[in-house]
Amino acid sequence: MTALTLKNVNKSFGKVQVLHDINLEVEDGEFVVFIGPSGCGKSTLLRVISGLEDATSGEITIGGDVVNMVPPAKRGIAMVFQSYALYPHLSVKANMALGLKQEKQPKDEIEARVAEAARMLSLGDYLDRRPSELSGGQRQRVAIGRAVVRKPKLFLFDEPLSNLDAALRMNTRIEIARLHRTLDASMVYVTHDQTEAMTLADKIVVLRDGRVEQVGSPMELYNNPANQFVAGFLGAPSMNFLPAGLVGGASDTTIGIRPEHIRLSDTGRLKAAVSHVENLGGDTNVLVELADGTQMTVRLFGQHNVAPDEAVSVDFDDADTFHFGASGERLRDATVLATDALQS
Amino acid sequence: MNKARRNPFNLFAAHGILIVYTVIALFPVFVILINSFKERRSIFREPLALPDGESFSTVGYETVFNQGDFFLYFQNSLIVTVASLFFVLLFGAMAAFALAEYKFKGNTLMGLYLALGIMIPIRIGTVAILEMMVSTGLVNTLWALILVYTAQGLPLAVFILSEFMRQVSDDLKNAGRIDGLSEYTIFFRLVLPLVRPAMATVAVFNMIPIWNDLWFPLILAPAEETKTLTLGSQVFIGQFVTDWNAVLSALSMAILPVMVLYVIFSRQLIRGITSGAVK
Ligand SMILES: Nc1ncnc2c1ncn2[C@@H]1O[C@H](COP(=O)(O)OP(=O)(O)O)[C@@H](O)[C@H]1O
Ligand SMILES: [Mg+2]
Repeated sequence: MTALTLKNVNKSFGKVQVLHDINLEVEDGEFVVFIGPSGCGKSTLLRVISGLEDATSGEITIGGDVVNMVPPAKRGIAMVFQSYALYPHLSVKANMALGLKQEKQPKDEIEARVAEAARMLSLGDYLDRRPSELSGGQRQRVAIGRAVVRKPKLFLFDEPLSNLDAALRMNTRIEIARLHRTLDASMVYVTHDQTEAMTLADKIVVLRDGRVEQVGSPMELYNNPANQFVAGFLGAPSMNFLPAGLVGGASDTTIGIRPEHIRLSDTGRLKAAVSHVENLGGDTNVLVELADGTQMTVRLFGQHNVAPDEAVSVDFDDADTFHFGASGERLRDATVLATDALQS
Repeated sequence: MNKARRNPFNLFAAHGILIVYTVIALFPVFVILINSFKERRSIFREPLALPDGESFSTVGYETVFNQGDFFLYFQNSLIVTVASLFFVLLFGAMAAFALAEYKFKGNTLMGLYLALGIMIPIRIGTVAILEMMVSTGLVNTLWALILVYTAQGLPLAVFILSEFMRQVSDDLKNAGRIDGLSEYTIFFRLVLPLVRPAMATVAVFNMIPIWNDLWFPLILAPAEETKTLTLGSQVFIGQFVTDWNAVLSALSMAILPVMVLYVIFSRQLIRGITSGAVK
C-alpha cells in the first residue's frame, strides 16, 4: 500500500500559483525528503498534505483514502514544525498527550504511549516541565514525541532542525533516522539543507518554484542529475559550472564538474589563480578563479600547502563531467559526443 | 544594568526626573485626599496644609453617605465598568482573531471599517443612540451604558489586538489543528493567553474613560437607581454653591476601585508595553 499519493496537485494563493501539478508517491515505510530553495513551496506542499491548506485542484490520498475533504486531525498524520510549536501553558507530558485526549483514547493507553515515546526520546526526566524550561534540542524532541504518540500513518516534518545549532542538528538528525528505523513509519521531511536530504532520505524530491524537478534515491540524483539545477543543489561544496567553450565544447553549453573531481596540476588545461583556501584538516577547499573570471571550487583530500594569489592550473577527467544545454537541461552522452566530434 | 555602563550622573538624573514626575503626577491626588479630611474653611484658607486637630473633619464623607445612595452609585459604576471591559475584551479579541487569522473577501475592508470608529467620537451619535435606547426600552438601565461603552471601546480593541494576534505563531495554531483542537479552543486556550499583555493594555485604556464618564450616564441613565458614581457626585456641585467637602470625599473614594483594577492589570500592562513581541 502507498502511504501517500498526490495526483495533479495545484495550489494558488489568489492569482499566484505556488504549486504546479505535483504528482508523487510515498511507499509504506519510506523516508521521502522534499528539498528546494527557500520559497519554492515546500511548506505549502506539506500544509496541503496535512490539510491545513486546501489544494486548489488535485487529489490527495493517505493510506488508501482520498482525504481532500478530511480535516487535519482525522487524516492520520502528525506534523513537526521548525519552531517546535509546543503549547506553552502545558507540561511536556500534557503536550504529548493532548492529541490523544482529543481522539478520546483511554487514559491508560495515553499514559503508556507517552511513556514509550518519552523513553524512546530520553525525555523521561522532563515530563513535568514546561516548554520554556527546556533547551532547543529538548523542545524539538518533545515536538517529535508529540508526533510519535499519535501513531500516524504519515509523519510530516517541516525543517525540524533549522533552529538548532550544528552539533545538535547532527544528533537530532541521527535520532530521526533511528526513529524511522524503529517505527518503520512513512515520513515526509522538508528541508533546504542538502546534507539532511542526502543522509536521511530513501527518496529525494527536488522542488523548484513549485515544480518537481527530479525524484530519486540520493545517489541516483547525485550521480545522474536530470538538469543543472539538481546538479548544483545536491553535493557540498556544490558542483562547478563552466562554459564548455573553455575546454573545446559547444559554445552555448555548460560543463559541470564536482569539486572532488578536479585536481591541481602543473600541466592542467585551465590556468587559474587561487583566490581563497579553506583548510578543514581532512579536506582542503581551494577556490580558484579562471582567466575569464569563472569561480571554481576544488576539493582536495588531506592537507595541502596552497596560498592565495598563487598561480595554478586545474584539470579533470572528461568522464567525470556533466553537460548541460543553454536552458539547463542535461545533455546525455550521445548528443555531447556528437558536438565534441564536430568541434575536433 | 551592567556596571561598566552605569554612570552615576546618568543614574542620578534618571531617578531625579522620575521622582519629579511622580510628585507632579501624584500632587492633585494628594491634595484631593488631604482636603477631603478638612473642614470647609481650612480647605480654602490653606489648601496645601495637612489636616490637624483643628481643621480635621469627616463632614464631607458624612454628607456623601447620607445624601443619596452612594453605595448603589458605586456598585452601578463598578458593574458598568467591569461588564463593559469584559465585553470589549471578549468581542474585541474575537473580531481581532477573525481578522488576523482567516482569509475572507473584504477582510482588509472590514478591518478598516472597524478601525474607523477610533477616529469618530461616539458622542456625535448621542441623539440617535438615545432614540434607539428609548425605542428598545433600555433607557435608565445599566445595559444602555454597557452597550454604549462596549461599542465605544471595540474599535481600538480590535485594532490593537489584531496587530498582536498576527504575531502569534502560525505553527502553534496549526499544531493545535492537527491535534484536533476546535477553532474556539485554539482561540481561548492557545491565542488568548499569549496576547494577555495586549488585553491588559486595552483594558486600562478603556477603564478610566468609562469610570469617569458623565455624558452617557446623564443622558441615558439618570434615574436614581442607575446613577453612576460620577453622576451621583454631581449633586454636590451646584450652580451657585458647591459642597466641596462632599465633592472631595466622593472623588477620594472614586479613586479606590480604579486603583485596584489598575494594580490587577498593571503587571500585564507593563509587560505589554515593554515586550512588544509575542512569542
Ligand atoms: N498564506 C499564503 N498566502 C500567500 N502566499 C503564500 C502563503 N503561504 C506561502 N505563500 C507563498 O508561497 C511561496 C512558497 O512558500 P513556502 O511554501 O513557505 O516556501 P518554502 O517552505 O519552500 O520556503 C512563497 O512565495 C510564499 O510567499
Ligand atoms: Mg518553509
